[in-house]
Amino acid sequence: MYDKVKVFIGLAIFVVAALSIVGYNMSVGDKDGFRTDGKPGPEKPAGHEKCVKETAYMQTSHMVLLNKWRDEVIREGKRELVETVGGEMVEKSLQNGCLSCHVSKIKFCDRCHEYANVKPYCWDCHLAPVETPASKEAH
Amino acid sequence: MDNTRRKFLKLAGLTAAAGVGATVIGSKAMASGAPAHGAPAGHGAPAAAHGGGHGDVATGVRQAIVIDTGKFNDNPGLAEKCQQACHSYHNVPDFGNPKDEIKWIWTDKFANVFPEHSHYKKDDRISSMDIIAMCNHCENPPCVRACPTQATFKNADGAVMMDFHRCIGCRFCMAACPYGARSFNWRSPRGVDKEGHPFIEKMNPKFPSRMRGVVEKCSLCSWRTKKGLDPLCVEEANKTAADAMIFGDLNDKDSKVAKLLRSKFTIQRKPALGTKPSIFYII
Repeated sequence: MYDKVKVFIGLAIFVVAALSIVGYNMSVGDKDGFRTDGKPGPEKPAGHEKCVKETAYMQTSHMVLLNKWRDEVIREGKRELVETVGGEMVEKSLQNGCLSCHVSKIKFCDRCHEYANVKPYCWDCHLAPVETPASKEAH
Repeated sequence: MDNTRRKFLKLAGLTAAAGVGATVIGSKAMASGAPAHGAPAGHGAPAAAHGGGHGDVATGVRQAIVIDTGKFNDNPGLAEKCQQACHSYHNVPDFGNPKDEIKWIWTDKFANVFPEHSHYKKDDRISSMDIIAMCNHCENPPCVRACPTQATFKNADGAVMMDFHRCIGCRFCMAACPYGARSFNWRSPRGVDKEGHPFIEKMNPKFPSRMRGVVEKCSLCSWRTKKGLDPLCVEEANKTAADAMIFGDLNDKDSKVAKLLRSKFTIQRKPALGTKPSIFYII
């Protein structure tokens, strides 16, 4: 085998370079907002135990519910309040309903959305709570 | 040979007749099936549901506003207050340029608001008067017909609503509306002007803004009327001058608006177009 030394040096450099990315993420990566198993951990609102549906449903299908609410409220005029699993009454509204408990978009919505690299267009029109980028790091 | 030709012609004739027959039956079936399949937010259905665009039998709710222009004339600045109440709540941007203006409620001269009622020798009061104008929430709204995505539609209360989620910004509704009640966001309402001044002075966190490329207009405060509240402009106007604007159900014989319309002479904007506006003016 020719150039054995050069090949192995090259390989070593490649392996180190490839692993350094993983190592960098492990060492300096923002662990904030992640659970111990590495999955994103959105911050649950304080003082509110249950959402309008069970957690498992909300995790997978909150967007379906939001679309349903949107159509009911705007198109059918069904603006009555909805009851949470815990018995609280909430407005069928992203800004006035969801955000009344989930006070932080950065610490709730964004954590999973960034992890999953989804960019929902809700916020093109709907106003997110005013949060400084600092509050993202501060936590 | 004659025999075969004869047979061929017979067969061809029968085929043609069968084809025509099938088409006629098919189209008849389609025509009778159409109303059942017609989109509920489409053209025919809502008209029938809200007092009928074609018949005069009033059914369901039809929200309307009666505007007493005299009271606005007696209280200068009242119309601006109403506009401020509406625009600040609904995050209506001010692009600082009449060409790009976004307006849900505004004022204009009598001759511009009522071109059909305008005549050569008007009295001084009428000539100087500023008339408040807004979406007419027509019973027969041309914008709803024009909208290709049903982003604008008539709701169960008779108000012409915008579903901003569906608007594709084609502006057909703006071309269709004879009252200039619709405005287009040429720029992002969340942006800032050259001096860095935001188009929306103070964002109201209770209501969404719009995005670039969306048409917007008055929604007759459907979010308020469902709770039994008057629209913002009506509430604001009545704070200063009682009954300057009266909101109610036109189809309810005992409602204040219905009674008022029976007892007072009122006019509507461009009645000859047949849009049947729900905004009435006492001059």
